[in-house]
Amino acid sequence: MDDATVVAVAGNPACGDMVTFYLKINDQEVIEKATFESYGCAANIATSSIVTEMIKGLSLESAWKDITWKKVTEEVGGLPTIKFHCGVLAVGALKRAVRLYYEKKGTTPEWVPKEHTFEEKQALEEEELAKMLSKRLKAEEEKK
Amino acid sequence: MNMVENVKELLKLHEGLKREVYLDNENSTIVPKEVIDAMLPYYSERAYGNPTLTHKPGWEAFTAIMESSKKIADYVGAKILEEINFTPGESEANNLALMGAASANPTKGKKIVISEIEPINVLNVTDLMKKQGYTTTKVPVTKVEGVLDLERLKEVVDKETALVSIHLVNNEIGTIQPIKEAVDIVKDRNPMALFHTDASDAYGRIPFNVQDLKVDMATISSFKILGPRGTAALYIREGVNVERIIEGPIGTQKLWPGTENTPLIVGFTKASELAFNNFDANVAKMRAMRDKLVDGIFAKMTDITLNGTKGSGRSPDNANISFRRCEGEALTIELSLKGVYVSSGSACSRRLLQPSHVLIAIGRHFSEAHGSILMKTTRYHTEEDINYVLDSIPSSVERIRGIVGSTGVD
Repeated sequence: MDDATVVAVAGNPACGDMVTFYLKINDQEVIEKATFESYGCAANIATSSIVTEMIKGLSLESAWKDITWKKVTEEVGGLPTIKFHCGVLAVGALKRAVRLYYEKKGTTPEWVPKEHTFEEKQALEEEELAKMLSKRLKAEEEKK
Repeated sequence: MNMVENVKELLKLHEGLKREVYLDNENSTIVPKEVIDAMLPYYSERAYGNPTLTHKPGWEAFTAIMESSKKIADYVGAKILEEINFTPGESEANNLALMGAASANPTKGKKIVISEIEPINVLNVTDLMKKQGYTTTKVPVTKVEGVLDLERLKEVVDKETALVSIHLVNNEIGTIQPIKEAVDIVKDRNPMALFHTDASDAYGRIPFNVQDLKVDMATISSFKILGPRGTAALYIREGVNVERIIEGPIGTQKLWPGTENTPLIVGFTKASELAFNNFDANVAKMRAMRDKLVDGIFAKMTDITLNGTKGSGRSPDNANISFRRCEGEALTIELSLKGVYVSSGSACSRRLLQPSHVLIAIGRHFSEAHGSILMKTTRYHTEEDINYVLDSIPSSVERIRGIVGSTGVD
């Protein structure tokens, strides 16, 4: 999207799951347009796609409060346990986008807590894990 | 149940396919009609008895199993049929080789040497054997080609080494390993060490002989040669001690208790006969189909890499290609909707959510491992099949690349 107000990335290519959200937000803080790019499996693509559809026309506040990974999972018709993290990552990316929007603006409303939400933490954790894996592989490489 | 309903919906999307081409022969295969026809009478017409019992159907089963052992012994070059031990699969055979040889030879030392790119079942058994005090050393392979580093092997094998297990052909990238040279090195460093090779991906594809390789044990698997799933064999050289790893009533298979599955063993043998009776022509056919597939993809696509070696160092059926900016599991689904069935080394498609250890070991970047597609041809594929695959791949990859955009590109 060329006219995106905010762009947020979550995940890490090392674990094969990565999603970018592009949101166009108007002056009333309503999401006018939402698109995504996904470097990930079908569950990653599906959950990202459903999130962009669910948030179109929503205010940032209701996007933040109402879009949970459980709802996203239900909306795609259920996911196997091993793919739950894909839904979590999609919502993590959304929350990251909303937080980023307010950070750029310089004022954060009280409904965006200072501490990261579950989904944002999971996204961070996935990124940390991937970094660790990447480091470990590099270290093994150097040992040779 | 929700999941099953969803999968049924997904299956409906496959209705009306013009053609179906199965290339996921790494993970399971079709069983040719000739093999099924050979198996069927063994369920209800003859040899349905327990081969250890004293009646006609039992003696028929006994004969069928012994004749199967003899034929398979001949195909791998075993001296006597008792050297062939049927197990219910490749994993079981590899577990038996490593755990059974370790427990039968407690004085041999506590060190196991394997390659970095062994099949998952070998990696898993050696992990489990840590509990019994065994340590495992993984010998690296060369970048890109994935050939065992013989110099490193020489360094790591010592007097403490009890077992060495290195596969003959890699199941993911098709690299043929220098097993004969590896055995010489191991026996020179420590004549007491036992050498096992998982030859499942070599059987019926490259000529080999256990006498020539001088291995102590070798695994071959039925489904990897288009036989039925659920049976495999472990060759154990006469005089090498291996103990049972499970207990139960002993029948004809001293190292694997329980009632023998005669029809599966007969099917395995029939599949071997079909592969070996016309060996050169069969191999030429799978190679021609594989070459057409790989050359065709490289002629049509950009941003792709061949994983593994080229030419005579590679198994004739194996094609493993990484599509950059394209996640592999998503691509398998996209291709399935067109009737092209393949698998991927992507982390998403693995139960451990880690990319293929083989591709990482040969120095592939994460994104290349995630975008990898594994295909194996057989003598049954036709020019039309391969043309259909070549027509299907570009648009599928482009669709996934469209969704990826610039995300995750490094």
